[in-house]
Amino acid sequence: MRITCPYCGERDIREFTYRGHALAIARPAPDAGEAAWDDYLHLRDNPAGATQDLWHHGPCGAWVIVDRDTVTHEVAGSKAVAEVKR
Amino acid sequence: MVSLVPKSPCADLLPLAIAETTVSEVVPEAITLVAPFKGKKKTVSDALKAEVGVGFPAPGRMTGKQDARCIWVGPEQALVIGPAVSPDGAAVTDQSDGFAVIQITGPMAANALARLTPIDLRRDHFKPGHTARTLLNHMTCSITRLGAASFEILVFRSMAKTAVHELTEALKLLEGRAKLS
Repeated sequence: MRITCPYCGERDIREFTYRGHALAIARPAPDAGEAAWDDYLHLRDNPAGATQDLWHHGPCGAWVIVDRDTVTHEVAGSKAVAEVKR
Repeated sequence: MVSLVPKSPCADLLPLAIAETTVSEVVPEAITLVAPFKGKKKTVSDALKAEVGVGFPAPGRMTGKQDARCIWVGPEQALVIGPAVSPDGAAVTDQSDGFAVIQITGPMAANALARLTPIDLRRDHFKPGHTARTLLNHMTCSITRLGAASFEILVFRSMAKTAVHELTEALKLLEGRAKLS
């Protein structure tokens, strides 16, 4: 598998570390309530198909959101977490 | 009173010459990490140009020459190698003692690196002045192409011995293979 770092270009998978589903950057408000926080901390989908992950590009230090397919291992695109409005 | 002797990271390890390829250490005057604050890249670039004559590099690029150069090392971060700098509008950290700076030059330089790093080092992909944060076998590093057969490798100082070992083994293997054919 090869992932495109938004700064460095297409790189080998061994330069990246998997950091979980990309919904980790959509943190609920502190007062969002127990259900929202339980969902955010513990509940994850297990899709067969398109998903969005967080990957860390170790050498340059960038956090990357990667669109990929869990069935075909195809990587559809990526963007820097720093460029995403939160 | 104990008198401490300053030693460069590769003091006991380099230079080396294997297969007509040389591996040598460069000890710059200073290595400074410059990380511009949000929206200050232009100001910092101008300040660096005034101080040492090199601008802030785009991702994957190096600016300047041997005596003062600025190497991109990460999003909004670059290392100034040469005289110490202190531009306004950036987080500036002295890392002079933090890095081992190794240059590898010669006919086997690219082939030796190709055994250790996953990036494409071919001349039309990775030109002089291009730089990459990548891996040197298992350690993170920064590789910059200085010329057709000349590269500069930056690794953390604590990794100097491992980096030299990796380069030595790669060069020895290529030397042995050349003798067989």
